[in-house]
Amino acid sequence: MSDVALPASLATAPAKERAGHGEALAAWLLTLPAIVAFVLMLLIPTLAVVAIAFTDYELGAPALRYVGLANFAELMEDRGFVTSFRNTAFFVAVTTPVSIVGGLMLALLIEGGTRGRAFFRAVFFLPVVSLMVAMATAFQYMFHPTIGPVNAALRALGIVGPNWLGSSDSVMWTLAIIGVWEQVGFNMVLFLAGLTAISRDLYAAAEVDGVRSAWSRFWTVTWPLLGPTSLFVLTITMIRSLRVFDIVATLTQGGPNKASEVLLYTMYTEGFTFFRMGYSAAITVVFLLAVVVLMLLQTRVLDRRVHYG
Amino acid sequence: MNPGSQMPGSHDRSLAADLPRLALLSVLGLLFLMPYIWMVSVSLKPLDEVWRASMSLIPETFAIERNYGRVFREVPIGRYLLNGAIVCFGILVFQLAFALPAGYAMAKLNFRGRETLFAFVMLGLLIPAHVPAIPLYIAFAQTGILNTYAALIAPSTISVFAIFMFRQFFRAMPDELIHAARMDGLGEWSIVWRIIVPNAWPAATAFAIFSVVAHWNDLFWPLIAVSGKGELATPALGVIYFRTEEAGDDFGALMAAATITTIPLVAAFLLAQRRFIEGITMTGLKG
Repeated sequence: MSDVALPASLATAPAKERAGHGEALAAWLLTLPAIVAFVLMLLIPTLAVVAIAFTDYELGAPALRYVGLANFAELMEDRGFVTSFRNTAFFVAVTTPVSIVGGLMLALLIEGGTRGRAFFRAVFFLPVVSLMVAMATAFQYMFHPTIGPVNAALRALGIVGPNWLGSSDSVMWTLAIIGVWEQVGFNMVLFLAGLTAISRDLYAAAEVDGVRSAWSRFWTVTWPLLGPTSLFVLTITMIRSLRVFDIVATLTQGGPNKASEVLLYTMYTEGFTFFRMGYSAAITVVFLLAVVVLMLLQTRVLDRRVHYG
Repeated sequence: MNPGSQMPGSHDRSLAADLPRLALLSVLGLLFLMPYIWMVSVSLKPLDEVWRASMSLIPETFAIERNYGRVFREVPIGRYLLNGAIVCFGILVFQLAFALPAGYAMAKLNFRGRETLFAFVMLGLLIPAHVPAIPLYIAFAQTGILNTYAALIAPSTISVFAIFMFRQFFRAMPDELIHAARMDGLGEWSIVWRIIVPNAWPAATAFAIFSVVAHWNDLFWPLIAVSGKGELATPALGVIYFRTEEAGDDFGALMAAATITTIPLVAAFLLAQRRFIEGITMTGLKG
């Protein structure tokens, strides 16, 4: 980390001293705006949200009281929150593996030949740059139980389609389908980058060693070397899935009958519809903990299993 | 992407041999584009055709004027798009103004506290933007700046991710460039303005794309910071307003609004695909 480069050390001592002072001063002035914004917009609010989680603060209430872990105890008892937590876990558990495997397969398909690479990459990446609220309304139409093309297609096959977003049995599955659609292109591009980083010599060497089929080539060369990429994709995808909000806020508002409540949406309604800030802050803390645990999981546990990190 | 970089067996493949791959990709691609195809198709259809649930993509009679006209008449959609542009631009300017100098200082200047600052950056990377929302809302409510551009922009002005990215970027820059400038008698400020900023364009462009895409599409914070049927709605908020207040089940008009708000970024993406993909994945770390 020693960035003291040679020319500086060749300078005479007093000059170096002077330069060092000027450098330190300049460094602090250059970082000052960022430090101020960081403290005001991120550090203090984050500490404050943790503090608020231990109070009964409600917006507009004259006073607030320290309530210890009461908010967290209430969360455990609250059926709405338990559902919300379970739904979020379900959403993460479905969208993560499907969008990772899907992203990898798309990347392999695209990388498997020269024709149409840029075109198909753009097609599958399109959802990443699309306004999710707008696309959600398009999905609302597509999954409409009577006039939607999805059920119309199923009818043509003689199947009675479900009320995708309107029934509590299918709503989380439907949201998960949209979640996969939203994320798979992003993962595909990350895998494409990982694939191009694999040296072609390794494939040649494997072929010499008798690895002939595409299938065994994948398992002996590609997959082990994609280790670091896959790990990165796994964490990123889980965290992105954990933050599901837009499609719920646009399509279901947590309904029907709380069947699609998810962490951030519950946090939003508790805090900004009912103004129960203390309770909402407690949900935020749970959300933050989940994100931090996933991040640590990446650096601590999983890193050891990846050989080519 | 040169032809020599293929997997064995895949280069010089004939079109016939490549056909299964292309067919599979085409089917999947078409499936992926369905929401866009239907969105545009329905935005052109009159209401009775929409409710007839026909599988036909081409309308029998076009209702462009009716659907798009309704959007433009009933909501200030142009204003929403402008708001989106103002908010994204405002956020980006501050993010760059704060993060670029900080990233440079943390990469190339020696000062006590540098490691501590970097530790804070790493800590900041762990915190999703949703976490500070409640205290920020309370503070903004008490200072009376809710429902202003400032409220939409301020929380995103600091991007620890941008600091991290610029730090990595400047570390890869040769020290000689800076030392040579010092030898020439340039002060620290001139070095930043004349050497660092002009050299930071690749990283700045990548970050700009990432930032604009993230904030154009953001719903969470605008939903909190702007209330009522405000003139300050961003595109995402605008679609929600239009649906709940005006359109309801009028899918034709709703899809017209969705098309209008989706087009700007999608068009930009199609014009500069490579830059978009690089920018978003390079900065994808933030998730």
